[in-house]
Amino acid sequence: MKRLSVLLSLLILASLALAACGPAATQAPGGSTSGYECTDPLGCVKIGPSDPVHIAFWGVLSGADSTLGEDSKRGVEIAIDDKGGKLFGHDILLTSEDAGCTPEGGATAASKLATDTSIVGLVGSTCSDETAGGIAAITKAGLTTISPANTRPSLTSPDRGPDYDGYLRTAHSDAFQGKAVAEFAYNFLGVRKAATIHDGSVYAQALQQVFVDNFKELGGEIVAQEAVAKDATDMKPVLTTIAAKGPEFLYYPVFVAAGGFITAQVRDVPGMENVKLAGSDGIFSPDFLKSAGPNVVGVYLSSPDFSAFTGDYAGFLEKHKAKYGGSTLSTFHAHAYDAANILFAALEKVAVQEADGTIYVPRKALRDAVYATKDFAGITGNLSCSPTGDCGAPVIAVYQVQSDDPASWNPADAANPNPKKVWP
Amino acid sequence: MRTSISERALDAIVSGVLWGFRILIVLAIIIGTVLAIRAGTYTRAQWIDFVIFGVAQGSIYALIALGYTMVYGILRMINFAHGDIFMTGAFGAYFTATWLTKIGFTDRYPVLGLMIPILVAMIIATLIAMLVERIAYRPLRGAPRLVPLISAIGASFFLEYSFRGIFGPGKYAYPPINALEGEWVVLGIGILKVHVVVMVAAGIMMALLYTLVMYTKVGKAMRAVSENQDTAALMGIDVNKTIVSTFAIGAAMAGAAGVLFSLVYRQIDWFMGFTPGIKAFTAAVLGGIGNIPGAMVGGLVLGVFESVGPSLFLEGLGIIRPYQLKDVIAYTMLVMILLFRPSGILGERLTKQKA
Amino acid sequence: MMNNTNKENSLWAAIKIGLLGGAVALFISLVGMAEVFSKRDVVEKTMTLGQFVLLAISVASGLLAARRTAALLDKPNTASQAAAGLIAGFFSAAILTLFVIIGAKINIRTVFLNASPGLYSMLTLNQGVSGVWILPAAGAVSGLLGALSLSLPNAVRRPLFHAILFIFFMALFSGLFRVVMINQSGFWEKTAKYLFSQTGMTRPGAAIFFALVVAISAFWSAKGQAIKTNVANLPKGRQIGLRVIAFAVIAFIALGLPLVSGAFIAQVIVIVALFILMGLGLNITLGFAGLLDLGFVAFYAIGAYTVGLLTSYGQYGLQHISFWAAIPLAVLVAMAAGFTLGLPVLGVRGDYLAIATLGFGEIVRLLAGSDFLAKYFGGPQGIIGIQKPCIGVLGEFTKVDVPRVCYSLFDAAKPGIELSTPQSIYYIAVASAILIAFVSWRLRESRLGRAWMAIREDEDVAEALGVNLIQTKLLAYMLGAAMAGLGGAIFATLIGSIFATSMQLIVSINVASLIIVGGMGSIPGVIVGAIALIGLPELLREVSEFRYLLYGATLIIMMLAKPEGLWPSKTTQRELHHLDAGTSAE
Repeated sequence: MKRLSVLLSLLILASLALAACGPAATQAPGGSTSGYECTDPLGCVKIGPSDPVHIAFWGVLSGADSTLGEDSKRGVEIAIDDKGGKLFGHDILLTSEDAGCTPEGGATAASKLATDTSIVGLVGSTCSDETAGGIAAITKAGLTTISPANTRPSLTSPDRGPDYDGYLRTAHSDAFQGKAVAEFAYNFLGVRKAATIHDGSVYAQALQQVFVDNFKELGGEIVAQEAVAKDATDMKPVLTTIAAKGPEFLYYPVFVAAGGFITAQVRDVPGMENVKLAGSDGIFSPDFLKSAGPNVVGVYLSSPDFSAFTGDYAGFLEKHKAKYGGSTLSTFHAHAYDAANILFAALEKVAVQEADGTIYVPRKALRDAVYATKDFAGITGNLSCSPTGDCGAPVIAVYQVQSDDPASWNPADAANPNPKKVWP
Repeated sequence: MRTSISERALDAIVSGVLWGFRILIVLAIIIGTVLAIRAGTYTRAQWIDFVIFGVAQGSIYALIALGYTMVYGILRMINFAHGDIFMTGAFGAYFTATWLTKIGFTDRYPVLGLMIPILVAMIIATLIAMLVERIAYRPLRGAPRLVPLISAIGASFFLEYSFRGIFGPGKYAYPPINALEGEWVVLGIGILKVHVVVMVAAGIMMALLYTLVMYTKVGKAMRAVSENQDTAALMGIDVNKTIVSTFAIGAAMAGAAGVLFSLVYRQIDWFMGFTPGIKAFTAAVLGGIGNIPGAMVGGLVLGVFESVGPSLFLEGLGIIRPYQLKDVIAYTMLVMILLFRPSGILGERLTKQKA
Repeated sequence: MMNNTNKENSLWAAIKIGLLGGAVALFISLVGMAEVFSKRDVVEKTMTLGQFVLLAISVASGLLAARRTAALLDKPNTASQAAAGLIAGFFSAAILTLFVIIGAKINIRTVFLNASPGLYSMLTLNQGVSGVWILPAAGAVSGLLGALSLSLPNAVRRPLFHAILFIFFMALFSGLFRVVMINQSGFWEKTAKYLFSQTGMTRPGAAIFFALVVAISAFWSAKGQAIKTNVANLPKGRQIGLRVIAFAVIAFIALGLPLVSGAFIAQVIVIVALFILMGLGLNITLGFAGLLDLGFVAFYAIGAYTVGLLTSYGQYGLQHISFWAAIPLAVLVAMAAGFTLGLPVLGVRGDYLAIATLGFGEIVRLLAGSDFLAKYFGGPQGIIGIQKPCIGVLGEFTKVDVPRVCYSLFDAAKPGIELSTPQSIYYIAVASAILIAFVSWRLRESRLGRAWMAIREDEDVAEALGVNLIQTKLLAYMLGAAMAGLGGAIFATLIGSIFATSMQLIVSINVASLIIVGGMGSIPGVIVGAIALIGLPELLREVSEFRYLLYGATLIIMMLAKPEGLWPSKTTQRELHHLDAGTSAE
């Protein structure tokens, strides 16, 4: 009875508060306030004279893959610094939401961002799974998000559906990456027999399949296509199975955990001593060196080609070093920087500022402006967005690890790069 | 007891399904094995390798399983945090071994370079296990069975995420011991030196433990307490102290297992205890819970099945990517054992008044 | 004069308590909580969350030490208690002080990741090592305050305590309140901006909340008892009337909430409702029948995959039926799965059952995500494009990857109502949870329910009394599975895609934990447990990094403090008190 009465009194208090609230009244289309009339079909964001311009980042910020998200977030932060922290004389406020690299995490993060009507635009997510779970909520809320790191091909395919209207990316599609690795292996290394391992993640499974298809097309032979559980530790049995098929080249586009275990154990398996090893952007990070140990030297890793970046990448790295000390954490910081700048450019194009400093951002117009991006001079290249949301300039390179010291990680260093670009 | 026709029919269906299930799985294993061997994909040396990998993995499972089985034998409690005790040991060893390698000690005295981290790991694991026992388990003795289980789950999360917070979410490469690189040839079979070390070390630890439990006073007390706490107390045994020492010994074994694991797989992280923990408990059940030799046998059997199974029966049955389903083998085997022989391979050593 | 030995004892006790507090403070700093929390404010420009937590430890140490002194001394007085508090507070900060001094000399960051310059400057209020004296000073003062609070009269201390607790709570949830209120625009927007800052509360906001809570708490402790007796003394008819009003209010809130709160809170409530569904299901197998199932997620997965396969417009969709037709099928399939998985483990008892079911849960997840069965379940790529529920008529399925159009029931040219947002799924989830709660309540009171409880207490006796073990156990599995299957079905529609990686063992563990934390066998307990263990961590996304750390600590503390659960059923409560009669447990 006591519990019940406490509960009831609380509920009554809450209900009084809610009853007073009345229905939600967001800026409806056509609803006019002082001078500016919002005619945008998705509504407008009103930013008061003293309010900040609110943008948000969503991606993986906790868990084993958190460096991926942290790296992209830093790109956005540097982009904001480059604007002097201000747009139209208002401060830029960046909030970030952890999506945990899972579809549920993406859905929850997206619904939280969708609830906050002060947000004008988003950068994210980092894992393709997060986008799969969260994009519907974002599009529905009239928001537009630009992902710096999603590489799943289907996210920008022509039949991606209306839920994806609010989705664009500056990252490359894995359709390019898998193809590049296949060409590298067949033409540059001259191998003819390849094997692959994936870890049951969407990313790895799709990417190795792209590689397999392209490698076969080039005339190569796939001798084994294996998979392990994401939490597997003992890789020797699966490597023995692969060894029995006699490959010259092993491609494992997995994440750091499985990548580390495979790399550390592969040389212990008879028959695998001289097989060439390659991974992809999922393990293109100092974390991989830390987890793999001495065997990592010589491993090939595919990644966006940093030397093909047309913009001032060196300048970006300077700023990064000054702000965070140390080198970059993963692959997609420059893509995140570009994503944020595309968003800012579109905002500058469509936002309307009144005399008292109030800004109105029509949501649909903003989205259209992002899609209309053409020859945008970013770090990663001259970017133009396609009608299906691809803004990236996909130039893939293959790097080779030179040292197992994580501190030496610096693929863009002129004199002593680690890993070092070997192709093309 | 009332028995209607429908009830008897139900009984018949149940036993029919059970038998069908058993026969199906046995058939699948036999057919798969025959087909795999006839396909001749693997050489004899490779089959032997599979077994050796399995034995190495199995000895680690066995060492962890000992802690589960001992604690279960005494308190009838699944110590869910035991896998994480294993992780704490590995972390303690990692920092010690990295330092020893850095100052060049490991290269000069490889044997000590192996022993010292193991010792450190055992001490750290023991201390943390005793702390966990004191805070999360001891006050709950006598509470309903599920209460300590949930507390143990809580302790498991707490340990995992504490280590994650303190040492970071990344993965660390365990420093290799140069003297242990490469392989030894025994009876014409090449075995990795690390594997030999792991098997020998695990064997020694288990022998020591067995002696301790069977032939010392502490061991006698443990066995007495696991038979009946009240009677043991009446016989002048300090029940509390005995329980603490059980936790401590189990944790020491897990700590040592942590180092052996790191030596073989060369990578550690904060979550590394979870899966081996569950596997080890499976091993303990396989061997017959509460039974110390059972835990050893269970661990080895599980390790070998996991290593050989995918290429032996799954590949033979034409299942693609068999290693993805490695854990399915482990769990199916568990269910099989529970169906065929509910008390485990060697039989459980529990008093009759169980669950 | 005081007894000499006791004086020494109490001094030592105070030091010990202080050192323990210091160890906790050090742990919080090393684990990274202190620094992350210092980026959040309790009161803007006055106190960060990190400072609040560290000071709270010192205050608590002081309070405990003072209380301990009072218990140790023959004639406790305020002065000795204050001294104990001061000492404990000092020592609670002493460990951190040492840590800062050592950290400034030696780089311990290679091992302890969070021993960063940021942490040191946070601990010394940006003064560097020269300002390290601030720590013990603040600790000692807080300890003293904690001790002195003990000598305040109850009527003053409790409202103060409540107010501080409330402020802490509001600070944690300030972001949530702020966004919801700002979305209402007008008066509420202005209020929100007055009360809350971007990172916490504003000074006037904190002052207002403080005053409000002190007033309410003081009023309640003065008049609460009288009000309660008045209500109890009301005539029966008026009491029922009050209940009806309360019910109406709850219903009104439940219906209106998603309209006001926006997508996020609705989403969190849906997730809580899904866990309530699973919890109620497991409550039947575990709470009623006493069968511990650690693979419960298997049924959730089966429900989700059934709906996915039946309704998806993606390449793995089989039938393209509507959500409403798929739901009962999903429940049936889950029940059938409960039957088939239940059969083999019928004879398995106790913890063996737990581990066997755990194995089943893992097998289901591994198979669903495997390449081997990928042509049916999508493997790692999962099942995407799950059709949203439509109130109206669904258009024909035309082509893979094209969702079917939802037309109005009355006019085929107009669009119908598509339940695509979390706010609309909310109604389905909450309605299902209420329905299932009602069903399990009726089940518990039924003949079957009593049979389950008989099995839980003693299988052999139950059998001797004529309970058919096989039938009763199988029914427990099947009904439990059906409820979890319903949860999974709703989950699939909420997210719109399913991946095997969502079906981890941790889901089963969460469900088992929430039942026991709520109170085993208790239906309101399941609801309270789900809110506490699933809802609160979801809402507190800002501290998501430490979510599971706090979750683990909560589980341990809950089991130590309230082993019978937050809202135990009457029988469990009685049993536990019976058990505890001999021991000194609280």
